[in-house]
Amino acid sequence: MILKVEDLRVKYGQVEVLHGINLTIREGEIVAILGANGAGKSTTLMAISGLVKPSAGRIFLDDFPLHEAPAHEIVNRGVAQVPEGRRVFGTLTVAENLRLGAFSNRNQEQVEQIEARIYELFPVLKQRRDQLAGTLSGGEQQMLAIGRALMAGPKILLLDEPSLGLAPILVKTIFRTIQHINESGMTIVLVEQNARAALKLAHRGYVFEVGRVVLENSAEKLLADPNVQNAYLGGVA
Amino acid sequence: MEEFFQQLTNGLAVGGIYALIALGYTMVYGVLKLINFAHGDLFALGAYLGLTLLTSLGLNSRVGPLAGLALLVVFVTGLVALAGALLERAAYRPLRQSPRLSAVVSALGASIFIQNTIMLIYGSKIHVYPKGILPAVAVNIFGLQVPLVRILVFVVSLLLMAALFAFIQKTRLGTAIRAVAIDQDAARLMGINVDQVIMIVFLIGPGLGGVAGLLVGLYYGQVNFTMGWIYGLKAFTAAILGGIGNIPGAMLGGLILGVIEALGAAYVSVAWKDAIAFLVLIVILIARPKGLLGERVADKI
Repeated sequence: MILKVEDLRVKYGQVEVLHGINLTIREGEIVAILGANGAGKSTTLMAISGLVKPSAGRIFLDDFPLHEAPAHEIVNRGVAQVPEGRRVFGTLTVAENLRLGAFSNRNQEQVEQIEARIYELFPVLKQRRDQLAGTLSGGEQQMLAIGRALMAGPKILLLDEPSLGLAPILVKTIFRTIQHINESGMTIVLVEQNARAALKLAHRGYVFEVGRVVLENSAEKLLADPNVQNAYLGGVA
Repeated sequence: MEEFFQQLTNGLAVGGIYALIALGYTMVYGVLKLINFAHGDLFALGAYLGLTLLTSLGLNSRVGPLAGLALLVVFVTGLVALAGALLERAAYRPLRQSPRLSAVVSALGASIFIQNTIMLIYGSKIHVYPKGILPAVAVNIFGLQVPLVRILVFVVSLLLMAALFAFIQKTRLGTAIRAVAIDQDAARLMGINVDQVIMIVFLIGPGLGGVAGLLVGLYYGQVNFTMGWIYGLKAFTAAILGGIGNIPGAMLGGLILGVIEALGAAYVSVAWKDAIAFLVLIVILIARPKGLLGERVADKI
């Protein structure tokens, strides 16, 4: 499996916010996307998922052109996203949220198997399965959002700011879980403000600045890069 | 006391009709945040289609009363559902990305269009439903003589509401409809085809509204082409009363409104029937601005 973003441009109205993004995500990788607010990280993920349409450029999952497909089909092709702010369905139960993640999977038995694995990964969700998702804590909602995305049985998981608004202890838990999911073979794209934590986890990283990729390298090299240290890691640690 | 229970059963029957129409308003509002002003006219279309099936096509005399009634419900539901889906396609989908106000204007236009189409086809006179579709007998319930048609209207609306509730709560597609009502983009990320879900809502809502039209024809025995306006307004009130966007709320709101109206007409004045209904709405909205069942759980941010 390989995800390729080629010269991706996105406009909001008349304003171009992505000026030609190129990314290559290979099977089994964790790739971090770093950058300040408004650099175009989330927009890139939304374009991959089909929630915004590119004004130019192409996106391929293997040979399949994602940029031509509607959002619901992109999920079925194997690209799942955990959106920024989690976006769980607050007035639905935890179990209903998870089942929706596997909406297109008509194989009841298979859905139940995946659901059981999600409950293994996040035991707290099992305890709260009949509770409304809106009553969960922020950390639990993040786990639900990740679990829900995994329910689709994706080939690649896009995570948009999973640490946002969480207490440091929970951030650690979430990042450990992401690593765990990756070790079971899942390819992961991780958009993060928390650059240091993201680079410690990732194999490679891209640095975005105002709609462009300005740096691309292995995670270790980015961590050691003085420019990255100054701009995103709060100086030398 | 007899009078009270007669009015109560009458109110429940009328309330069931309001509830069926209110469901269409509330479901469409749920997924599109749009008041479908043409919904009352789709309800009137149901009443007139029922009339045509009974008179010109003589549906009832061909297959017997009970089977005829069942077929009538099926046909009217199907045809009005189809009209609802066409309406969505023609009047609302092209405006999905436009400002909310454009869709509202389009809804008002569609309302006038449907109402005038009915008038052009059937004329502006009041039409009378054929007599004897249902035997004009009363059923004894705990010593109370309740007309059969009243029981039928209430039972049909209750059955449809129960079926809808089960569908929305228990099925995969029903859950998808609730998800789309909460967050369309998040629903897309689940692999849900949002356009398709909206289309389904525009089949179900108008389908139920169409049956309500048929029930009004059967209950009162007459229909007119402007009936969509007042019933639409009442049902919209019921939807607000229960909490717009909330399906059990629409059911509850409809029944409450029907009962209050019937009792008001009996004990205060028939002339004040509508005023009493709207007074209750105002009082409840002052006390509970979200409606009776609105916003049970706030989403955490």
